[in-house]
Amino acid sequence: MSTTEAHLVGERRWVDAVFGVIAWIVGAIYFFPILWMLVNSFKTELVANGPPTLDFDPNLDRYSEVTEATTGLLSFTEAFRNSGYVSIISTIVVLLMAIPAAYALAIYPVKKWRDVLFFFISTKFLPLVASILPLWILAREFGVLNTRLVLVILYTAMNLPLAVWMLRSFFQEVPKELVEAAEIDGAGVFGQLRSVILPIALPGIAATALLCLIFAWNEYFFAVQLNAADGQTVPIWVASNVSTRGNFIAKLSAASVLASLPVVVAGWLAQKRMIRGLAMGAIK
Amino acid sequence: MATVTYEEATRFYPDTERPAVAALDLEIEDGELLVLVGPSGSGKSTALRMLAGLEPLDGGRIHIGDRDVSSVRPRDRDIAMVFQNYALYPSLTVAENMGFALKQQKVPKEERRKKVEEAAAILDLTPYLDRKPKNLSGGQRQRVAMGRAIVRSPQVFLMDEPLSNLDAKLRVQTRTELAELQERLGVTTVYVTHDQVEAMTMGHRVAVLKDGVLQQCDTPQNLYHHPANEFVAGFIGSPAMNLVSIQPDGVAALAGTEIDFDDSVVDPTAPLTIGFRPESARIGATGVPGVVRTVEDLGSEVFVHVVVDHQGTPTPLVVKTSPPFEAHLGDVVHIELAGPVHVFDGDGSIVATTRATLR
Repeated sequence: MSTTEAHLVGERRWVDAVFGVIAWIVGAIYFFPILWMLVNSFKTELVANGPPTLDFDPNLDRYSEVTEATTGLLSFTEAFRNSGYVSIISTIVVLLMAIPAAYALAIYPVKKWRDVLFFFISTKFLPLVASILPLWILAREFGVLNTRLVLVILYTAMNLPLAVWMLRSFFQEVPKELVEAAEIDGAGVFGQLRSVILPIALPGIAATALLCLIFAWNEYFFAVQLNAADGQTVPIWVASNVSTRGNFIAKLSAASVLASLPVVVAGWLAQKRMIRGLAMGAIK
Repeated sequence: MATVTYEEATRFYPDTERPAVAALDLEIEDGELLVLVGPSGSGKSTALRMLAGLEPLDGGRIHIGDRDVSSVRPRDRDIAMVFQNYALYPSLTVAENMGFALKQQKVPKEERRKKVEEAAAILDLTPYLDRKPKNLSGGQRQRVAMGRAIVRSPQVFLMDEPLSNLDAKLRVQTRTELAELQERLGVTTVYVTHDQVEAMTMGHRVAVLKDGVLQQCDTPQNLYHHPANEFVAGFIGSPAMNLVSIQPDGVAALAGTEIDFDDSVVDPTAPLTIGFRPESARIGATGVPGVVRTVEDLGSEVFVHVVVDHQGTPTPLVVKTSPPFEAHLGDVVHIELAGPVHVFDGDGSIVATTRATLR
């Protein structure tokens, strides 16, 4: 008996070690391009376009080049302002609409709640490219082509189904008795949401908001099709560093690093909050 | 404070054929502590949740006082509920938890604080008012849940197995405190439990449910001594009543020994079930022979578990006797009837409670 157990324990450790090594290798493969991008951003174009090397003089010149404002071209600050605007506003609108919807679906589900959920996710089935022509025409007719507003609307629509799905699963974690207790204690729907549900679901809401922010920040296709002239966002600014004349790898790397930074920082900040337990102390 | 009346109250859960609660008729007096008891799936919790407004009625009505609350929202019923898992709001402190209902009623802050402090003093919670629920022990959480209910002085207290998450010792202690508190406050209380000891010790009256149907609602003493049917007889009492079904062969006999019923209502030639409590039998010199299985010596009393050969089947019986008593596995003892015997007909309804002798 004890020999079998000892054997099993030993085997587990061995298996864990193998999986650990595999995980590290996979992680390294994923991370390497990002690392190389970072390294390239400190090189000169000449070095970056030559054979791969780590033997170079690191400098920040590419960063000053890409952030330098040139008249007539999309500036770094303008693009960041636009991206911040559309990402933050669309995320706020998404949360304002998704929280009540998810609350209703999780706590007071209607008869056909499965169909409702399926409808939400079905809006993501259509390939974006198939809808771009009607969208472009609609945007032109409503006079919102090349404005930040059209991106706010589209990013809201894009993230809403995902947010409803995520938030619903977080709200389902809230013990039903808590909602019932609040109901008996005389709290109305908004009272229940504010005092009972939201504090418990806050880590989940933070995670959802972060994901919406990231998706909106990174979106390229709508931005490039509908905002080619004005209201352009960071992904377009990054792409604008691709030049037909001469080498651009180092500059592009520097621009990409700058574009990634806000997302990385936001992810790092939210990670700590998301890990916190969901409903500690509510249930024995 | 108010009376509570269930009138033919019925609840079907979606996609089920049998009602969870079937045409429940129940009148609860002002200030009474009524216990709803039954095995799991008996509909006791559903009946309570119907009174709370957490389950809709599919038929019948429910009144609190003179007011028909059948279609009134839970928050407008003026009730307070204690949940099995307490359902304390994790982000609020003990004081905020207890004052939550008053805050919803827009009671001024000063008055709210006063009421919370009063309730905290009653429940020994004063030192914990600023703590969050997660920093409390199980017993303290249970008291906070009680506090949340009493702070708002509702018409009715609803309690859904409030003690079942406590350990055995604390449960017995809290049981007494809870019954005292209810007596002192005089608030009409409906209390759900699956534990018949809790029901018997706390309830002014006890309503026994089975499969959504009310079996009997009476005082604990009457339930024990005058069960309305076989189910109540077997459910109430620990150890359970001895129930033996008899297929008569001209005469009614227990393990081959003829039974002579004092009450002539009993037809000894019909199929029937007899029930007698462990204390209504004794180990004697004559009577039905049985083989000892175990002897439970609790110090103040001794329960002897015996197997008799009844109509070809080994049938277990329990006999209560007083210490000192010694017997070993396999010993043969004789059992005599020494108290009331309940006689049920083929459907399990009571025919008579009578004395009987074994010949």
